[in-house]
Amino acid sequence: MALNRRAFLKLTAAQGAAAATVAGGTDAAAQDLRRGPRPLPPGAVGLLYDSTLCIGCRACQAACKEANGMPAEVPERYAAWNGGTWDSPTDLSGDTLTVIQVYQHGTMAEKDSAVDGYAFVKRQCMHCTDASCVSVCPVSAMTKDPETGIVAHHPDRCIGCRYCVLACPFGVPRYEFDDPFGEIQKCQLCSNLPDRDIPACADVCPTGANLFGHTEVLQAEARRRLAMAPGDTYAFPRGVLLRDEETGEPVTDRSRYEGEVARYEQDVYGEELLGGTQCLVLAGVPFGLLGLPEDVPDTSYASITEGIQHTLYRYMIAPMLLLAGLIAFAYRSARKHRPEDWD
Amino acid sequence: MAAPRIATSSPPRTDGDSIGRLDGYQGALGGVTRREFLKYCTGIAAALGLSPALGIRIADAATGADRPPVIWLSGQACTGCTETLLRAYHPTLETLILDQISLDYHETLAAGAGHQAEQVRRESMQANHGRYLLVVDGAIPTGETADYCRVGGERFIDLVTHAAEGAGAIIAMGSCSAWGGIPSSDPNPTNARSAQDVLPDHQVVNIPGCPPNPYNFLATVLHYLTFQRLPALDARNRPRFAYGRLIHENCERRPHFDAGRFAREFGDEGHRQGWCLYYLGCKGPETWANCPAIGFNDIGESAWPVGVGHPCFGCTEQGVGFSKPVHGLATLQSVTPPTAFPRVVEEQGGVSPAAVGVAAGVAGAAIGAAVVLTGRLGKHGPPPEEAPPRDDN
Repeated sequence: MALNRRAFLKLTAAQGAAAATVAGGTDAAAQDLRRGPRPLPPGAVGLLYDSTLCIGCRACQAACKEANGMPAEVPERYAAWNGGTWDSPTDLSGDTLTVIQVYQHGTMAEKDSAVDGYAFVKRQCMHCTDASCVSVCPVSAMTKDPETGIVAHHPDRCIGCRYCVLACPFGVPRYEFDDPFGEIQKCQLCSNLPDRDIPACADVCPTGANLFGHTEVLQAEARRRLAMAPGDTYAFPRGVLLRDEETGEPVTDRSRYEGEVARYEQDVYGEELLGGTQCLVLAGVPFGLLGLPEDVPDTSYASITEGIQHTLYRYMIAPMLLLAGLIAFAYRSARKHRPEDWD
Repeated sequence: MAAPRIATSSPPRTDGDSIGRLDGYQGALGGVTRREFLKYCTGIAAALGLSPALGIRIADAATGADRPPVIWLSGQACTGCTETLLRAYHPTLETLILDQISLDYHETLAAGAGHQAEQVRRESMQANHGRYLLVVDGAIPTGETADYCRVGGERFIDLVTHAAEGAGAIIAMGSCSAWGGIPSSDPNPTNARSAQDVLPDHQVVNIPGCPPNPYNFLATVLHYLTFQRLPALDARNRPRFAYGRLIHENCERRPHFDAGRFAREFGDEGHRQGWCLYYLGCKGPETWANCPAIGFNDIGESAWPVGVGHPCFGCTEQGVGFSKPVHGLATLQSVTPPTAFPRVVEEQGGVSPAAVGVAAGVAGAAIGAAVVLTGRLGKHGPPPEEAPPRDDN
């Protein structure tokens, strides 16, 4: 086939139009290819973080570092003269698996108020039901426990590609960039610590702002709090919340304390979005102000990417067909232009 | 060096022995030596946040010939406020009421009783009109239930309002008279009110506490005697020297709070280690008082509820003591978000002087190169065939 200038231009234009059509239909096509949502694992556990109960004492931060053997982060500008400083880390990092941050506005007079107020937020792994980091990991170093649903990391398998760092919508997995043999670090709900029953942060929290338990129990607890009117008295549980096998009521082995119910945003963060997360958040200000992404779909990212990829590469049929076509085309072209003296 | 003191075993002295050695004369100041008394006055000055030198002035005022008359009225009270006063050891109570003030009426401490005591009160109020110190302890029943407290046949509310008319200063001793205390707690069957509520036209100094620290009371009285005016007060008319800080701020267990070490049950490992009692319901973070700084009963540090292992229940604070559950959690009053916490979106990095220097060097080099380059533009001139003849000098 002799390709003159005119034919080449026509071909290019046609290809461009085809590409545009495909691009325009990608979203719809991707939705068609989406695989179904992952169910919550049978024994899914998580944390319920209630921002209105948090007093910002950062006991969870200290306990997390102590339990996981993480060093305090000393900013470089202090290290020379104040190595023992107890300044809070500003964000999650290779040495910090959870951190209390604050939203502040105006005079910061009122707690849990979006205007002229402040509110605390605890950053940590949300333990997604359908986790992006698990989906992208090429070597299965990031795993989701089939029973508890805890997203755990196995450094002995990790190749350090840091796909998980990029994939996480919450910015949770962090790489130890300051270490030549760095590893990925993330919250594993203390499942990596054999001598702990419940996560250190929930264990130490004095107000029950961090509550550990089965995700379903925590969801019911969150809904119960949202249903109460602000100012109502409620006996808040602390530490761990379990479901009584006989009565079905949530029970805790710690002392509860009576407190006033705050004014909540009428939503449980993590119940629906991104396919659901095992850790939940309640707050008195819009979640977006606390750095929790709200502009995300209810379905997980992994369900789209895996749907597309697993369709395209199913049994490797499509790639093999493509390869066969290319070989055939190349072979035919080569035959057509066979020089006379090619033997 | 310690002041010479008379040993109890030494032979009795004659008056002549004492001349020139007044430091050791036990009888001179009601049982305290002069040195002890000055130490006490200096201590009071310190409690008030004043210069120690002012201790002398306080001593002069306290020992002046004209001892200030004090009328102490007790209403719906448990006598705890009197008991706390009995436990002041510098000075001892007898020094206070015999040498420093003239306690003309006090139901518990008066030697006389009945009509005799009431008569003394009336006479004193008349004789000292406009200059006596009125102390009220206990809440005051009001309205239709005002009859629930009568003293000497008179309603307590009438006693207080009448006594307030001629008072030079009015002190509400204890939480009951400062803001209502236990008698006013829900459902408040006697309509108990504070002294300030009953005396809206008078300035009342509130010394809340259940009971208050005696030195907060004594320091206020001596401040009034020395300077003829009341100490600086806060928005709830409490002396700022005593109620200007949260208990949480000066608590000896505060480092445990900051490190996240909480006692979770009475008698558990953390409790035995002396960890923070917030988890058990300590109201220190929302209670304004100087308990951790001053302690009780003059027996050294830690002689206050938190010091002995029980959470503060906020006895000085209206809306906290006797109204919040003892083991309910406190609302923190001292959270300082702007400086102490990383923000949700924290600005990162910054430019170090070294980086500025390097960048400036690079920029300078670039500018220099550009200048040189621009200067050379056109130096080569037109192509050789059109070039003017060179000057080969």
